[in-house]
Amino acid sequence: MTSNEPEKPIDSMLGSNVEGALGTATQDVVWNHDHVLDLDDFSFEEIESVINLAGKMREVLDRRIARAPILRGFTVINLFFEPSTRTRASFELAGKVLGADVISVSANTSSVVKGESLIDTVKTLSAMTADAIVMRHEMSGAPYLASRYTRASVINAGDGSHAHPTQALLDIYTLTQRLGDLKNKKIVMVGDISHSRVARSGMWGFSAMGAKVVLCGPPTLLPSGFSVSERPAHARSALPDVDIQTDIDVAIKDADVVMALRLQKERQQGGLLPSLHEYSRLYQVTSERLSKAKSNHILMHPGPKNEGIEIGGDVASGSNSTIEEQVTNGVAVRMALLYLIAQKNRGRIN
Amino acid sequence: MSTVAVSTVLDDVALGRTVRRLAHEIIEFHDGVDNIVLVGIQTGGAMLTSLLVLEIEKIEATSIPWGTLDITLHRDDLGLEIPPITVAGSNLPDIDGRIVVLIDDVLFTGRSVRAALDAINHLGRPEAVRLAVLVDRGHRELPIRADIVGKNIPTSFDDKVQVTYDDQTGSSVVLLRQEMINDDI
Amino acid sequence: MTTLAIHNARIIDPELNLDGIVDIVLVDGRIARVGPNEAEMVIDAERIDATGLVVSAGFVDLHCHLREPGFEYKETIATGTAAAARGGFTTVCAMPNTSPPMDSQASIESLLRQIEQSAQVRVLPIGCITVGRQGDELAPAGELVDSGVVALSDDGDAVADAALMQAALSYSSLFNLPVSQHAEDPSLVSDGQMHEGWVSTRLGLRGRPSSAEEIFVARDIALAELTGGHLHIAHVSTAGSVALIAAAKARGVNVTAEVTPHHLTLTHELVAFDGNYKDIRYDASAKVNPPLRVDSDLEALGIGIRDGIIDAIATDHAPHSLSDKEIEFDLAAPGISMLETAFALTMTRVHDGTFPLGTLIRSLTSAPVRAWDLDKRTGLSGLGTLAPGAPADLVIFDPDMEWTVDVGDFRSKGKNTPLAGRTLKGKVLVTISEGEIMHADSIVAGRLRLTDRNEDI
Repeated sequence: MTSNEPEKPIDSMLGSNVEGALGTATQDVVWNHDHVLDLDDFSFEEIESVINLAGKMREVLDRRIARAPILRGFTVINLFFEPSTRTRASFELAGKVLGADVISVSANTSSVVKGESLIDTVKTLSAMTADAIVMRHEMSGAPYLASRYTRASVINAGDGSHAHPTQALLDIYTLTQRLGDLKNKKIVMVGDISHSRVARSGMWGFSAMGAKVVLCGPPTLLPSGFSVSERPAHARSALPDVDIQTDIDVAIKDADVVMALRLQKERQQGGLLPSLHEYSRLYQVTSERLSKAKSNHILMHPGPKNEGIEIGGDVASGSNSTIEEQVTNGVAVRMALLYLIAQKNRGRIN
Repeated sequence: MSTVAVSTVLDDVALGRTVRRLAHEIIEFHDGVDNIVLVGIQTGGAMLTSLLVLEIEKIEATSIPWGTLDITLHRDDLGLEIPPITVAGSNLPDIDGRIVVLIDDVLFTGRSVRAALDAINHLGRPEAVRLAVLVDRGHRELPIRADIVGKNIPTSFDDKVQVTYDDQTGSSVVLLRQEMINDDI
Repeated sequence: MTTLAIHNARIIDPELNLDGIVDIVLVDGRIARVGPNEAEMVIDAERIDATGLVVSAGFVDLHCHLREPGFEYKETIATGTAAAARGGFTTVCAMPNTSPPMDSQASIESLLRQIEQSAQVRVLPIGCITVGRQGDELAPAGELVDSGVVALSDDGDAVADAALMQAALSYSSLFNLPVSQHAEDPSLVSDGQMHEGWVSTRLGLRGRPSSAEEIFVARDIALAELTGGHLHIAHVSTAGSVALIAAAKARGVNVTAEVTPHHLTLTHELVAFDGNYKDIRYDASAKVNPPLRVDSDLEALGIGIRDGIIDAIATDHAPHSLSDKEIEFDLAAPGISMLETAFALTMTRVHDGTFPLGTLIRSLTSAPVRAWDLDKRTGLSGLGTLAPGAPADLVIFDPDMEWTVDVGDFRSKGKNTPLAGRTLKGKVLVTISEGEIMHADSIVAGRLRLTDRNEDI
């Protein structure tokens, strides 16, 4: 610039590439949870905060060195009373990418009966300065009990038939990546609803995002407690509003999303189904049945899948399927949760 | 009882001059713009970087690579902001073998720059990293020094230096907010 | 001769058709006289000024777990009966699910010795229906009756096999013994943790459906009808059961029934919610078998007591230690420590107008006695009433006094109650067992053991 040019104030220098530079820094993060036990008390804004953050975490995972050490000095303990490969590995990786110290403890429920109670275990871990405890347990309610006995933040990685909030969040993330806004989208869950903690947390989460949820399965696997008429008017909000449907063709018609739930053989008791063959005849999610869904429908499965039982092998790997993405997205969502939890945890202590 | 005294350190016009001078200094420091990448530290450095890029490209009549760097996940002060700081996300071209010029609006304790160096480290391997800031207000807590400085402003630790770009009114200022304790009450 | 004179009480005895402000005089452990001015006319008596308070016969509990022998860490006869006294109960029937269980003469005699030593109120033993409560063979009812049991029960478990239940009802009729059945079909409640309904769905817990109870109630009524034996349904919890019992009684079947204070007043929502419906908890202190159910069941049970379809209110006092309750919900022991809150909790249904105070008293006194013929079995004529000659078992209470439940005050070892911190309306103030004051609330200290000053009262 020569001295002949008139002095220009800053505003005239603004150009159109400025917005790109600013990125999306204008969004506010909404987060009010000390623990992540279920999605029943998550608002739309909180779920959105997790989803947006998960997107940024995905970028970190795509870097050459996938490290963003914001959680250095933060200790995460994975306390798994039930076996799990993918969820546990997902949490371990999530913690390590963020620089946290991650320890995995495999507890056995029988050791609880034999000697050390859940409360004793949780107290011991807290004394080892655990900042977050990621817990999976075969009995509903166990993480609620744990959260009363530790200063650490408890993240529920699945409790009995009750909840699996991180799975629901990663499902929501996967769907928003593919479909954008979930308002008024028809999301159908097919299978063993009564024993599915994924279905339960999914119901809460999808409803909070404005989607219409349909539960489909044989009457023996669909607890009547889900229908609105079962609860008094004053308790209407105690369960999400969902539609119940036993006819899979009616359920899948015009669906935006079809989620096949694993038929949990080990949770079935007292013969709730005549046979797996009968089940697959009536309720398997096949390409033929899916042709009645919207043409750009999404097919999901929380895994691990029993091909040939609840889901046809051809559709599981088809282009509408998000099954592989769901796994990768899981790490990003769990990173987001650990970050938010750590932030709140440290804020509390500070 | 305390009141906040706000004074304007750089008004619209003065800010424009400083930005132009910074652009020239960056060019001079590097003997031209070969092999440099401007990296703005989110969020304060982003707008400044885009302005510098515009100016530099005009002066040198060539385009230069630039981007923004989100340092939220590399900070060392987790838990001190409630609600948590939004992660804005980074947006960078390739930095391997290039000279990265980090740009920020205010240099204070130096922790943001440390986090930025950490982030750069995970993103690639630059030939060198330089630092250019609009305002240096002192109170370093780490051994960090800016190579190019727009203006030095002496402050006390509790003061706040605010750089605002207002798209609506079209004006931009650098303000100094000082808390003054009144003894009379 | 020891005389205790109670002045100026509102005395309610539905059996004697009595409800008025009169005096009552106890001599040597028996009711001597009831009437106006009776207290003034005695000399050399300990006196209680009961002005503004209500007096009834001491409460009789048909269903109580004292845990001794075998589970003394949860409760003992001493602590359990102290709790009974605090709750206004002067007679309790002890369930036999102890260790060893009460299925033989030897175990009963040992129990009676312990009762003699440490009980603060009258304890009547219940014997097992089957040996070891295993549900396979009948326990020797004749031997048990001779040893002093007043009923048979395998409570905690149902007698599942219909043929065996039929045999039990038939055989017990020889001794006119009531057979108290815990009515829940085990195949329908296996692993069930709470009422099967929308709350269990919300919590992801397996449920115990109402039908599980109603199936066994219907089944056993048919068996009672067939055999002529005396069927007693323990802790009735569903509207359907009430209807079945009503119909059976109308047909003349020899069936009696009891309901607990908690099934009359608390619903399944208590397990999960405390105020709003967004935040859940898993409150094992509200875990009980049969489970707390829904408003329509509470409604029907209240009407059941009002109309006499359900004979008695029985506590099902089930004390547990903290380590048995403060664990995963699935593993938590079911049961509520109820003796010390039973009266106040059931007063809720008097205050809401479901049934009058007289009905409540009847359900706690003369009706349980009549249901199991306890006066005849014990030889204590007038038990459960204030008839002259009856044992001097009394309760003095204030039906309107508000108080807050503090488990720290419990005499029971069992602090397991969902009522901790709750304010209830109606309080037992004095409990007299066989003429002796076994409990006195500090509030009434100034009214007790007044010296003989006839002119002042």
